[in-house]
Amino acid sequence: MRTKSRNFYLAPYLLWIVLFVAAPILLIVYYSFRDIEGGWTLGNYSHFFTSVYLKMTVSSFWYALLITFFSLVIAYPTTYLLTKTKHKQLWLLLIIVPSWVNLLLKAYAFIGLFGTYGLTNELLEAVGLGRHQILFTDFSFVFVSVYIFIPFMLLPIYNSLEELNPSLLHAARDLGASAWTTIRRVILPLTIDGIKSGCQAVFIPSLSLFMITRLIAGNRVITLGTAIEQHFLVTQDWGMGATIAVFLVIVMAIIMLATGGKRRGAR
Amino acid sequence: MKQLVRLGAAVLVAAFALMYLTSYLNSEQGYSGANTLTVYNWGDYIDPELIAEFEAQTGVKVIYQTFDSNEAMLTKVAQGGTTFDVAVPSDYAISKMVEENLLLPIDHAKVPNLANVDSRFLDLSFDPGNVYSVPYFWGTVGIVYNPELVGDLTFDSWNDLWSPELRNDILLVDSAREVMGMGLNSLGYSLNDLDEAHLQEALAKLKQLTPNVKALVGDEIKMLLANEEAAVGLVWSGDASEILSENEKLDYVVPQEGSNLWFDNMVIPKTAKNLEAAHQFINFMLDAEVGERNTEYVGYSTPNAESFKLLPADIAEDERFYPNAELTDKLEVYDNLGKKMLAHYNELFLEFKMHSK
Repeated sequence: MRTKSRNFYLAPYLLWIVLFVAAPILLIVYYSFRDIEGGWTLGNYSHFFTSVYLKMTVSSFWYALLITFFSLVIAYPTTYLLTKTKHKQLWLLLIIVPSWVNLLLKAYAFIGLFGTYGLTNELLEAVGLGRHQILFTDFSFVFVSVYIFIPFMLLPIYNSLEELNPSLLHAARDLGASAWTTIRRVILPLTIDGIKSGCQAVFIPSLSLFMITRLIAGNRVITLGTAIEQHFLVTQDWGMGATIAVFLVIVMAIIMLATGGKRRGAR
Repeated sequence: MKQLVRLGAAVLVAAFALMYLTSYLNSEQGYSGANTLTVYNWGDYIDPELIAEFEAQTGVKVIYQTFDSNEAMLTKVAQGGTTFDVAVPSDYAISKMVEENLLLPIDHAKVPNLANVDSRFLDLSFDPGNVYSVPYFWGTVGIVYNPELVGDLTFDSWNDLWSPELRNDILLVDSAREVMGMGLNSLGYSLNDLDEAHLQEALAKLKQLTPNVKALVGDEIKMLLANEEAAVGLVWSGDASEILSENEKLDYVVPQEGSNLWFDNMVIPKTAKNLEAAHQFINFMLDAEVGERNTEYVGYSTPNAESFKLLPADIAEDERFYPNAELTDKLEVYDNLGKKMLAHYNELFLEFKMHSK
């Protein structure tokens, strides 16, 4: 009787997984084997391994790496200091609040800020540095992406730093470890899980960014996400779009496996 | 559990009550099924006073809904959830809708005002014989530029865009047909060219343009050009008229080699319920005086010859938006290239974008 009712409560979750996880992935795989006229083909895959898409893959990875790296470099020390403050919940909230604002609105705001006659350039002009092109550059693209992704990096790191037992730090100091050694040998290894899940949460979505590539980078950065969008909306070549999506799913699975490792309990 | 059921029941009861209330309120105001006309148009693309006038004239209540891209419109019509009686898609979307059986033929006998439309704008490749569509507005693809920032360049020729002075100063619309068309036109080829050698030549030429291209953007191009973010932009004439009204320093020109001629036409989607009113509405919009007022309000180019005669001289004589006969002859409508060729155009465009660095 008990197992029966347990199965009953399990049903919605199973249904959810089948409908919204398994079915979409199967559909994507299915479409990746269809050509533009609806016939069966392997052509999409051979087409993917041509110079245009390989170049795009390399540049997607490069930018995703940059975005993840800078998010981590900024988020980790920030979070560390944050956990030392008195009103850490408040500070955390203040950092998270911008992520409540719609992504599109933020992107449009940056167009205004970074424009030739935008606030940033007015400021540069006022300090005597002159106007520079900021919008539609690699810099603006990475900057805005990092800004958008930082909360996703910050939260897991915050949680793992919160779990860090402060007496371990006191012990390290009592035993004569320098600040650097404490960080390297105690804090970092104990928060590595937070860093890993933060990096996953940033790297994976930034691989398939698309809207920002147009609004902030003016399509001078082309990622796999841009190509998927174009194939589905403009070309109506669902097969090719699905093929790129399959590739991304595989890459993401590999990344999850590689960085996931064993959780704390198993160690 | 019991509470959950009770809560669910309450929600359902409330929903039905609201549904009944809206249908009651609608019928109170005359919005009953047989007496309404659902028009599906681009945002801010009609003089609202004309809708009121149409309602007063015919007693039909108009429900006006808007869309912001042909693709969005197509999806919604194809789903069939809403009964749109009249829609206003662009040329290529019309041929797609015909292919997918989403349109009903228009009964020409019920649209006598069709005679007002300039014959140049009838019987075009996307809808031969105007079986399914009648013209609403038309326009071109051309160049918006800031005369103060481009020196002697006049953009009589597409090739002016390749001038080294324009380094990093051009914005392009992020659209394959327009950009590829520009490349083909600049070489003197048709923008519907299917010859692989010509397409590769156009791609090679476009790649040389990359140092001048600041960005490829979507709808933001209007805001960016009006803010003088770049000196030159490749845009549709409809967007151009909006940009020019925002920033009077700017100018618009269609290069002499020719360009694209585009249309937004009125159609009756398969979902239509009120065919009688749909025909009445289309006929009403083609009326000479109504068309004239709508043209003044929207600011696009009217295909209606009788309305054109009524337009004030400063609009009618503006060669930027009503090009002379010589140039008009060189304008081409986009042919439906078929899925495969369209995919190839997009592939080439993607390659051009990849070259952007």
